[in-house]
Amino acid sequence: MASRAEAPLQRVGGPSALGGGPRRFFDLLWLMSITEFKRVYFGTVLGYLWSLIRPLLLFGVLLFVFTKVFRVGSKTVEHYAVMLLLGIVLFTFFQEATTNAVTSVVAQEGVVRKTQFPRLVIPLSTVITAMLNLALNLVVVLAFVLAFGVSPAWTWFLFPVALAALLVFTAAIGMALSVLYVRFRDVAIIWAVLAQVLLYLTPILYPINAFEEENQTYEHLLMWNPLSVIFTQIRVWVLHEPDAPSVVHAAGGWAGLIPATIIFFGVIAFGAWIFKRDAPRVAEAL
Amino acid sequence: MSVDQKIHIPQSVPTAPGPGTPAAIRVRDLHKSFRIPTKRVDSLKERAVHPFASRDYRELNALRGLSFEIRQGEFFGIVGRNGSGKSTLLKLLASIYKADSGSIEIAGRLAPFIELGVGFNHELTARENVVLNGVMMGLTPKEMRNRLDAVIDFAELREFADLKLKNYSSGMLVRLAFAVMMEADADVLLIDEVLAVGDASFQQKCADAFHQMKAQGKTIVLVTHEMGSVESYCHRAMLISDGEIKYLGEPTEAGRRYLKLNFAAETGDSNDEEANQEEEVDSGEGARLTSMRILDVDGNETSTVEMGEPIRVEAEIELLQDAPGLHAGFVLANADDVSMFELSVPIHSADGNNIKGNTVLVTATVANPLAPGRHFFHCGLQSPFGISVYVPKAATFVVFGTHPSAGILAPETDFRVRIPGEEV
Repeated sequence: MASRAEAPLQRVGGPSALGGGPRRFFDLLWLMSITEFKRVYFGTVLGYLWSLIRPLLLFGVLLFVFTKVFRVGSKTVEHYAVMLLLGIVLFTFFQEATTNAVTSVVAQEGVVRKTQFPRLVIPLSTVITAMLNLALNLVVVLAFVLAFGVSPAWTWFLFPVALAALLVFTAAIGMALSVLYVRFRDVAIIWAVLAQVLLYLTPILYPINAFEEENQTYEHLLMWNPLSVIFTQIRVWVLHEPDAPSVVHAAGGWAGLIPATIIFFGVIAFGAWIFKRDAPRVAEAL
Repeated sequence: MSVDQKIHIPQSVPTAPGPGTPAAIRVRDLHKSFRIPTKRVDSLKERAVHPFASRDYRELNALRGLSFEIRQGEFFGIVGRNGSGKSTLLKLLASIYKADSGSIEIAGRLAPFIELGVGFNHELTARENVVLNGVMMGLTPKEMRNRLDAVIDFAELREFADLKLKNYSSGMLVRLAFAVMMEADADVLLIDEVLAVGDASFQQKCADAFHQMKAQGKTIVLVTHEMGSVESYCHRAMLISDGEIKYLGEPTEAGRRYLKLNFAAETGDSNDEEANQEEEVDSGEGARLTSMRILDVDGNETSTVEMGEPIRVEAEIELLQDAPGLHAGFVLANADDVSMFELSVPIHSADGNNIKGNTVLVTATVANPLAPGRHFFHCGLQSPFGISVYVPKAATFVVFGTHPSAGILAPETDFRVRIPGEEV
């Protein structure tokens, strides 16, 4: 009681993205993510298998289509199947995290409007939940990687760097989408389409060097997409195929990487800015 | 346990923190307005087609410069009609809305309870939810795990602790939510009408808990419509209307003014209370009605009377001059303004005199044959020497009953049914 009486008056700034102190923020972030993860996997009969079946099924179909029907893969890439699987699993993470983030703030309406809650926890927890999924899926991917005869290399230790870049990029997009959706409900539909487009504009189904010599401009243009840079680099680091093009080569020189860098940091800055701007008034706009 | 015991617990009579006590909440010149778009732009297409449409809004000033201080250890009531701004104030205090200008300072950790059970995930078990909810209120997961048993016990849900919340009844949910709130151990509690939930025994538990918190010296801010709880718990109360503080002080007085405000609006009487009173004094009448209230069994002001229960009414009359032969009359009318009956009482002292400046208290207990619904007392003061005061709808109350009744009266009846030939 005595310590209570001595508590000093502190100015309250109103709701914010990070309100309530860093410790509470991380406690909440972790608890929200893990409970959502548990909910999905212990709430259904097959549990975790569902999150594995989806990318694996997609992988099987695409592998058939691109090696047996179009024969894109097998010609230019040593480990096309592994490249495809890794790409699909990583992109599934990106798509799942961002898609779930879109509606996250609106779905948590009760919490936003009736409790003191650091706003940023909401979209970020959807990203973390997707990341927990990804971690489990990567274990399966690792088994495939070894089974397809890719030998371990020291560059595997660099994989988390690329993963971190993907994570930050995904979180920034999720943040921006979640607050934009509060004001514009079209965002959900637009993003569903855009995510589909991004799947084809990222070298996942095809290798970045799939273009003929005279069409190299396309290759350079594709490298404007930050996801292309991340996925290409992951391919270099994880699969270490001798003929896989480096990021710099695919972009047509170091200068070719400038647009992707600008877009990458631009998206992060935009996500942080718009979330910080809109978060305090989200409760009123809902 | 009888009904009376349920509602009225022996009070520990905690002393109200005096003016010297340090502040727990300090609010300075708080402003908040909402933009209400006359046409909501919800889609990008609309935004593209009408780029300037969003500028089309009207401003709603929910709070206009509130300043007040709540002392540490104080049980503070905030009352006001719907749309008065009291919920906006609560949400500003709870950091849910952002103020336009002005400052809010709070000492220690604050836990808002705007609705019980917010943030509960129905797919998780009670245990998991308790921890999640505790963290939302600012405890660490570890602290909350240590208190888990206490929470489950308080909620009396030990057998159901591992049951998913989707399988809980609404009563169980409320109990769990309330238990979490009790164990959250915040320095300042903001409570918005959560008292209105649960069955009678749970209400009793809430009441006990509030008295306990009050005795512990916690700072509690209660926002409510229920004047009974304001008067029985609060040290001080604040009345808000149109985003401004109309009164801050005695809970009883705040409650009285609140009811008056309410009923002024109901009758479409735009004059506020002060204006009415001034008018009466200025007219040079020899007597005026200062207050008229409906009381419950314990003499506390109430706005409801149960069917069949006697109506207790108290009127305070101030005499401004000698008024021999003064009579007070009370006409009871229903919502359709049908006069039901009249009570009349001569006003004079034991020796038959009236003395100027005296305040006379008239109380009456009337048998209640009324059917459920709203009723009014019109009050008249009259003397053969010129006093004639008439206050329509001086007091109002609602008769409530468990079964509806056709007609305007519901006299107590003893029914007997007999079938000839059958022996009883």
